[in-house]
Amino acid sequence: MSTAVEATHHDAHHDHKPSGIGRWLFTTNHKDIGSMYLWFSFIMFLTGGAMAMVIRAELFQPGLQLIEPQFFNQMTTVHGLIMVFGAVMPAFTGLANWMIPMMIGAPDMALPRMNNWSFWILPFAFIILLGSLFMEGGGPAFGWTFYAPLSTTYSSDSTALFVFSVHIMGISSIMGAINVIVTIMNMRAPGMNYMKMPLFVWTWLITAFLLIAVMPVLAGAVTMVLTDKYFGTSFFDAAGGGDPVMFQHIFWFFGHPEVYIMILPSFGIISAIIPAFTRKRLFGYSSMVYATAAIALLSFLVWAHHMFTTGMPVFAELFFMYCTMLIAVPTGVKVFNWVATMWKGSMTFETPMLFALAFVILFTIGGFSGLMLAITPVDFQYHDTYFVVAHFHYVLVSGAIFSIMAAAYYWLPKWTGHMYDSTLAKTHFWASVISVNVLFFPMHFAGLAGMPRRIPDYATQFADVNQITSIGGFAFGLSQLIFLWVVIKCVKGGEKADAKPWEGAEGLEWTVPSPAPYHTFEKPPKVD
Amino acid sequence: MSEERPNNSILVKRLLLTVAGMFAFGFALVPLYDVFCEVTGFNGRTSNEAATYEMVEVDESRTIKVQFLTRNAKGIPWKFEPSVKEVRVHPGETKVVNFLAANPTESDMVAQAIPSVAPAEASLYLNKVECFCFNQQPLAANSDTEMPMQFYVDPDIPDHITTFTLSYTLYDMTANTSAEQMAQLLKTE
Repeated sequence: MSTAVEATHHDAHHDHKPSGIGRWLFTTNHKDIGSMYLWFSFIMFLTGGAMAMVIRAELFQPGLQLIEPQFFNQMTTVHGLIMVFGAVMPAFTGLANWMIPMMIGAPDMALPRMNNWSFWILPFAFIILLGSLFMEGGGPAFGWTFYAPLSTTYSSDSTALFVFSVHIMGISSIMGAINVIVTIMNMRAPGMNYMKMPLFVWTWLITAFLLIAVMPVLAGAVTMVLTDKYFGTSFFDAAGGGDPVMFQHIFWFFGHPEVYIMILPSFGIISAIIPAFTRKRLFGYSSMVYATAAIALLSFLVWAHHMFTTGMPVFAELFFMYCTMLIAVPTGVKVFNWVATMWKGSMTFETPMLFALAFVILFTIGGFSGLMLAITPVDFQYHDTYFVVAHFHYVLVSGAIFSIMAAAYYWLPKWTGHMYDSTLAKTHFWASVISVNVLFFPMHFAGLAGMPRRIPDYATQFADVNQITSIGGFAFGLSQLIFLWVVIKCVKGGEKADAKPWEGAEGLEWTVPSPAPYHTFEKPPKVD
Repeated sequence: MSEERPNNSILVKRLLLTVAGMFAFGFALVPLYDVFCEVTGFNGRTSNEAATYEMVEVDESRTIKVQFLTRNAKGIPWKFEPSVKEVRVHPGETKVVNFLAANPTESDMVAQAIPSVAPAEASLYLNKVECFCFNQQPLAANSDTEMPMQFYVDPDIPDHITTFTLSYTLYDMTANTSAEQMAQLLKTE
């Protein structure tokens, strides 16, 4: 009884929190955990980015200048793994932690202690992965897709470390997803029914279901790689009755939904920002929800479009080609709705809006090159070339990462209580949007001309295009330091932000003061 | 709030069950893939079991060209080739083709041949009555052997398939075989 009294008493101290490192190690507060996720993801973004710089430096000229081919392969592999599992996914989980409880009027995430755990196992996963680079024989060098037999017969001794780090990342994101689902389904404020939820909440709910459906399959795939390599099983070994092509089926059964895991929350962010700076309601809210669900369902039916060249019967190739193209329909609905929202709106171009607009245009370019890749006969030409690299960097960098930047600029005043230096922020935007195109657009041409991906050297006719690409790469990498500068400056101080710093912004998160108090919505708000 | 607590644990349990189910599904894909390949001929696999030759009517109006390819996987120094590069058969007619294998090394070895048919669709109509690929093949040091493969093409084979290729990749299984197993294998041979 006395403990219960003490607990109530404890809660009465509104912003009480432990001090020092203990606050961060033991925190169960969704805002603290959200901040840690976001910082972690930014550190990983810079780490993976540094690897991209190594790759671009080596590719600046034909021939081998700086690094050994084996190390180059480790760089492409670990760059991919870090950006996917360390930068993009934790950034979205961080945004979910920060924003979902505030958007649905909940006091915290539903499972706060699991929340702490799901964050704190992540750094260990990446220490293991990065540590494997320093092992004898090097780290993983088989591409982030770890195709068998590259990851079984021909991989380095450190493969077990790769497998365990992927297991930990998977457990972390499964726990994060379970937390999101339980929070959204059980903790909404009275009156916040499903069709009133902000789209960021909706897209994350669907993403979380995708995560719990496919991350266990990834865990299974890496486990099979582990037992094939170390325990003599033959899941992917033809000699023992297995099949290496089956690896690709299992991997892409995870892998294709995974790419939507990395873009659906972006759709939610953009659907929040564009109405705010257009001063209009989002056009076609319910069609946005249905389109998101349709994309998620279709994502389970298209995996083999990554494998057209493995030799499939024509009917299978046609099936996967048409299903893939079908995804353009709900995606088109979304782009249409964003444009229709802007139509005749009172638009202003603050930094979040600039990133959101760049997202709409550049993501659409990435979508179109995706449609080209979906066409089976031409995919035989594009497969494993720089065209593919250009495609997925358009959707992941100028798509997912730009949306994360947009989200950061949109909600930074709410998080820190300060307005950021908008001149500096706009400098970051323009530097990023120009350099990202210098970086990735020429890759389309290199790919169409036949330059293969994941190769440290190339024929001399690709020299010019690679030089331009590398210059764009260095510029893009450096531009992200401006972002770091803006954020640090904004955390330290700046003009005081209002509860609702953006005139047209809507949602419960803007009804609490800025910076958001340590505990919000202890009493559920009224939603009508 | 007090009403939500039990809700949470039920939902969490369901979600954890889904996770466990999907983990199991990942492994279930392995047998499912095998069944799928066998039924559809996807991937050009052929059955690992001997077909019994049923006295079917030989369709002499058609001739199918069957080509043979052999390949050694990395690290097996055997000589391995078909006695003929191709044969022409009528659907329904049985044919025996010998494959020659030689172990030029100073040690006893065991190998396994893995078949694959292109185009994959044809694999559904290729029936092997007897094949060395059904079992592992032992070969003593510095010896050679002739390995028979008897097959017939199902007369139901669609008209558009006039040629198909049967290829064998030979894998070294010596490391996976114990000394006793090796002796056993060589004796039965």
